[in-house]
Amino acid sequence: MTRAGIIRIGVLVGAVAALEAACRAGYVNRQAVIAPSEMVRGAWRVLGTQEARGHIAETLTTVSLAFLLSVIAGFAIGVALHRLPRFRRAVDPLLASYYAVPTFVFYPVFIVLFGLNRWPLVAIGFLFAVVAVAINTLDGLDRLPPVFMRTARVLRLSPRQTLLRITVPAIAPWLFTAVKFAVAYSFIGVIAGEFVQAGSGIGFAIAFAYNSFDNLTMYGLMLLLFAFVCTLNMSLWTWEQKLYARRGGR
Amino acid sequence: MGSSSTVQASLSGVTRVYPAGGAGKPVHALGPIDLELRAGEFFSVVGPSGCGKSTLLDVMAGLAPPSSGTIAFEGKPVRGQVPDGIGVVFQEDASFPWLTAYDNAAFAARQAGLPENEVRARVEHTLSFMGLMPFAGAYPAQLSGGMRQRVCIARTLVTRPRLLLLDEPFGALDQQTRLLMGDELLALWRETGATVLLITHSLDEAALLSDRIGVMSARPGTFIDLVETGWPRERDSRIVSRPEFGELTGRIWAGLRDQSMRALAAAR
Amino acid sequence: MRAAADVDVPVPASPPAVRRAGRLGDSALVLLGLLALWQFGSWVVGAAVLPAPAATLAKLWAIMSSSDFGGHAWETGRAFLSALAIAFAAGLAIGLLLGAHRLSAEVAEPILVALYAIPKITLYPIILLLFGLGISAKIAFGVIHGIVPVAVFTMAAVRNIRPVYLRAARAMRLTPVQTAGRIMLPAALPGIVSGLRIGFSLTLLGTLIGEMFASQRGIGYLLVKAMETNDVATVVALATLLIVVATIVSGALLALNRRLDRSPKPGR
Repeated sequence: MTRAGIIRIGVLVGAVAALEAACRAGYVNRQAVIAPSEMVRGAWRVLGTQEARGHIAETLTTVSLAFLLSVIAGFAIGVALHRLPRFRRAVDPLLASYYAVPTFVFYPVFIVLFGLNRWPLVAIGFLFAVVAVAINTLDGLDRLPPVFMRTARVLRLSPRQTLLRITVPAIAPWLFTAVKFAVAYSFIGVIAGEFVQAGSGIGFAIAFAYNSFDNLTMYGLMLLLFAFVCTLNMSLWTWEQKLYARRGGR
Repeated sequence: MGSSSTVQASLSGVTRVYPAGGAGKPVHALGPIDLELRAGEFFSVVGPSGCGKSTLLDVMAGLAPPSSGTIAFEGKPVRGQVPDGIGVVFQEDASFPWLTAYDNAAFAARQAGLPENEVRARVEHTLSFMGLMPFAGAYPAQLSGGMRQRVCIARTLVTRPRLLLLDEPFGALDQQTRLLMGDELLALWRETGATVLLITHSLDEAALLSDRIGVMSARPGTFIDLVETGWPRERDSRIVSRPEFGELTGRIWAGLRDQSMRALAAAR
Repeated sequence: MRAAADVDVPVPASPPAVRRAGRLGDSALVLLGLLALWQFGSWVVGAAVLPAPAATLAKLWAIMSSSDFGGHAWETGRAFLSALAIAFAAGLAIGLLLGAHRLSAEVAEPILVALYAIPKITLYPIILLLFGLGISAKIAFGVIHGIVPVAVFTMAAVRNIRPVYLRAARAMRLTPVQTAGRIMLPAALPGIVSGLRIGFSLTLLGTLIGEMFASQRGIGYLLVKAMETNDVATVVALATLLIVVATIVSGALLALNRRLDRSPKPGR
């Protein structure tokens, strides 16, 4: 492990220990924040209940759907925009300011449209993630060396072969970034939707626990959620670093 | 190289004009060009920058259509597609960073649908000939610029092209590496028996490597001189010390100096 | 593929003014297309689900002319601007400190990235418990959303200053203050402004989310109230208002960003 990695673990362990100590010593309002050890206990207890496992499965299914749809659609949009430079220039300002728009305001519209079920959540997660995938795909295609496309022509590859054998592997690092964003944004969108209005899912369960002053469950669920998202993110990050190292940067 | 040699590729009356973009005027980049490449010869094209050398290569390879004129390779017209039997190596590093040197070299042959044992035989032969065998498992990022360009040449050679088009393949390399790569190029030219067309901006490189040299004018590029070097087929970079070498570069530069100054003035 | 990318002759482009006018025209067409799509969608699913553009505009006008709208808008604006000021100041400070110290940056980067990726909306109970209902909770929510991208981009911008600039500064014997002001700041500015742009967007998002849960006033509150009463017309009208305002400000920041970023683009 690198020196930075060791220091990083030290910093994190230190922060958790400091919070633990502050909570035990009563410096922190017990009604507001519980000690990390209590959070772990909460998480363990939550994992033991059928109900919470149902919420977790529900959220993971919804997020997976939003993630898959956004990656497929975002990639297709990126490729299409790259092929249509004039159209792309016209929509460029809209793409650039897309994330300034609080997309979740459409959530109630989706509820009216699809009904109060899984699909408004999938739609909101999709909307959050799809543009990030498209932007990163475009970015990768922009930096694709033109000589690769010329090589494809010299080797007389079909458009399909060119896409699968040259374009996709060449922009793999950007697609990787797109996937990382898609994971994070699908989670953010779906959880936000579950918070605002839903009958199940982790976001709903956290809001419910908060409203019934059940701090142990609330922090337990939060800990599980953050741990899961961070682990996923870190694994992708590590995998990405390995890929980069082999390719020498990009 | 007698006049009895067969013609492998020919261009007649070839021009290339880039259409006007927006309010700009059309750019006449190349031609008219007439050229006959003899089977098995080493032909170099030199010319001032921006004279359309690379456009000439693109048109010959079928990568860009001519605005007028015709191109033929082995008697068949070249139109819209790179014909079978032509290999191209570009100036830019075109090695695929996601593949090892071995897989890079095998890429084109696999794409052509050759059986895997044939691919392996050809790749191993080519890699060992080019001194790349110890690096077969390395990724391009772990190789130097010269090694990467070797990988690209190997990738092209594995398909056994009968006409090899080289677009300033050593342009990004340092002078010593260029000389050594030139020797390697001569060796593989002799071994494969392929015709080579080399685009270069280096007079020395052209004078050292070629049977014939085409000297191009400033834009729109046309041939202003065709020089026969008369070198023996067995040759290497040591001929730079011969007196004829100096005479040769002197003659090329005499034609080129004026054109280069014109190109420079036009760029201002 | 761009026509000019693979040729060795410069292709004349149309004058920038013509190009810019054409681009604006195209953008206007896209906008019209989106409006048409909205209108069409409203016909298909019915005005009760998706109100038409004209009806939305009328509704928006009605909302904006109501007597208490000014108070709500002011509340949101105040919370947003406070959050923005804190997020920018703190984010810049963190980013500059981390950017200047390599080891700290290496330690902090994965942590910051992880903080960016977690669904921060789940933190709202904690924010509420810590700050109580009211403007400070909203501001805190805006800050936790906006601070991370500002810090990450600033850090990257400082770290990516090309070392040759700093060596040039030393060669010209600039003082540390001169180096910071005349070399480091201009070199890092485009990256920093990119971060501020994203920070702006996310701070707005965070403030609005905060208002939706932790407030009795502001546009986010109006939005959540309309959602609870299934008042789709109001939801769509407020969403349109937010989109228009956010797009205009973001567009202005983007224009500033592009003006600042004049560094040569890599490769061709």
